[in-house]
Amino acid sequence: MPSKASSPHPADGAGGCTLAARSLRCSYGARLALDEVSLRVDPGEVVGLLGPNGSGKSTLIKVLSGVLPYQGDVRFDGRELRGVPRRELARILGVVPQEPVFSFPFTALEVVLMGRYPHLGGFAFESAHDLAVAREALARCDGAELADRAVQELSSGERQRVVFARALAQQPRALLLDEPASFLDIRHQVEICDLMRSLADRQRLSVLVVLHDLNLAAEYCDRIYLMRRGRIMTAGSIEEVFTYRQLVEVFETELYVDTNDLTGRMLVVPLSGRTRERLRSQGLSEGRYEESGPRRTQP
Amino acid sequence: MTRTRGPLSAGRLLAWLVGSTVLLAACLALGAALGAGRIPLTRLIGGWGPAGEAGALIFWQVRLPRVLLAAVLGGSLTAAGIAFQAILRNPLADPYILGVSGGASVGGILALIAGLGAAGGSFLVQVCAFLGALAALLLVEWIATVEGRLTVYTLLLTGAVFNAFSGALIFFLQSLASMEELHSIVFYLMGSVPSLRYGAIGGMAVVALGAMAMLVAMARDYNVLSLGEEGAMQLGIDVERIKRRTFIVGSLLTGLSVAAAGLIGFVGLIVPHLLRLVLGSDHRLLLPVGFLCGASFLVLADLGARLLLAPNEIPVGVVTALVGGPFFIYLMRRSRGRYGAL
Repeated sequence: MPSKASSPHPADGAGGCTLAARSLRCSYGARLALDEVSLRVDPGEVVGLLGPNGSGKSTLIKVLSGVLPYQGDVRFDGRELRGVPRRELARILGVVPQEPVFSFPFTALEVVLMGRYPHLGGFAFESAHDLAVAREALARCDGAELADRAVQELSSGERQRVVFARALAQQPRALLLDEPASFLDIRHQVEICDLMRSLADRQRLSVLVVLHDLNLAAEYCDRIYLMRRGRIMTAGSIEEVFTYRQLVEVFETELYVDTNDLTGRMLVVPLSGRTRERLRSQGLSEGRYEESGPRRTQP
Repeated sequence: MTRTRGPLSAGRLLAWLVGSTVLLAACLALGAALGAGRIPLTRLIGGWGPAGEAGALIFWQVRLPRVLLAAVLGGSLTAAGIAFQAILRNPLADPYILGVSGGASVGGILALIAGLGAAGGSFLVQVCAFLGALAALLLVEWIATVEGRLTVYTLLLTGAVFNAFSGALIFFLQSLASMEELHSIVFYLMGSVPSLRYGAIGGMAVVALGAMAMLVAMARDYNVLSLGEEGAMQLGIDVERIKRRTFIVGSLLTGLSVAAAGLIGFVGLIVPHLLRLVLGSDHRLLLPVGFLCGASFLVLADLGARLLLAPNEIPVGVVTALVGGPFFIYLMRRSRGRYGAL
């Protein structure tokens, strides 16, 4: 049994780290993108970041990963983000971007190997250990057969798995994921989210994930932060956040919110224009808010 | 067409380095042996006969320095081209794109018009050209730095504007020049490899190798930079420092080359592109092998410049452009689809 230090398993042995942000403000020119945002992710948690387009979720990820300037406080295990050198931060924090960029043709394995950069020294070539970590990371993302293919030739879903593997190859203690499943078919969505969940459960990673799919969030997240226009509107458990009133107000569209009897979690279903017409004609008026809990629409 | 090749290993790098060094040695030998007047190498190594003395003079004073300088220039321009392509994240960038060549050309032409060409030989002209390059470097860096950051967009734009402005200035200077001055200006701009003194060549070689060392030290950073600036930052790269350092080192290499030899085009574009097709995108391999292959390329191009219309000489910049242009189009068509959206 190899020792933990030399194990090729992504994120083995280090355990998670606490991510805490307080009163974050960030502006793009004159526009305030983040307005007094505070959040916290503890080791072993999968925390979902939800909200409509433009609500500041990606901006928040960029601020937390040290890419954008900000006002306020960001701490990793109590250490201020501003005081952590970039390379060291890259050993702590793995980021999976929403839209991966590949300016030059590298193979998938070479891209995943770049995740080892924060661990390499000098002009050193990647060691056998680095190669093993990269291959293992790629395998865990169901990407082993993509290893020698040029990333430019891959589909967007395959690229997403490659960048997830790249983040894993960093052997981070915390993961920030910006819509890691948006291009994936449903099988790979489940696989990636299962992987995310097991990293939190078994390796005690701290995971903050931006998701558009509310049901995926309900199925996998321990807690949710619901954002709108740069602010956190609600924070709490699935049951606390996924109420009809809150979801309809934040997403500004009619929804059907209920408990999922099979999983015991919440279920959110969008309602098409036709369905809304039909419901209206049956006398069920829109906007019958309930203060808390799900709203059931009688068919 | 996908090449299946594993990540770079030390063995592969060594193999390519040895191979391209051998190639360079062969090109140097060829370039030194051939020319408008044939000088068999054996004659030089043997005794000096009466015919041999004139031959030896040509060889040692004219041809060998020129061939050696061509190697240094070819390597410098190729390395600068690769480095700029890396920070601009565009395989179509060349060493002249960021404005330094404009400054060098203006500096050189001003010196020619001021009569410095006749007075102190070409050395003063070259010094003025290099000073022009330095001025351009400082100006472009100053203008392109917005809120302490050097963005790709402003760099490209500033370089383009600077080149356009320099071009207009050159036309203006040409309109003021005499017939004789005009002739030397045009030849200067077309680019040709001069025969400098060994001291000057040695100095340029030392600077070029020093610059190469700095660029190669950033080779792995260039690889990660291909993931985009944000992605690179998230993997621990100090992107601003890499961009600034590369801009300065690459511009110095380019400025030196233009000061010595005028505008030799396409070297910094074709050689990198060809090598990317063969070697892949890993800059740890591209940069050193690029330097050596670029050196070979220019030595051969200079040989062509001397031989093609012998005993007349074509400026080497014309050879690289005439050969390079169609060849580059051919390369681009062959590699279509490799660069994604490009």
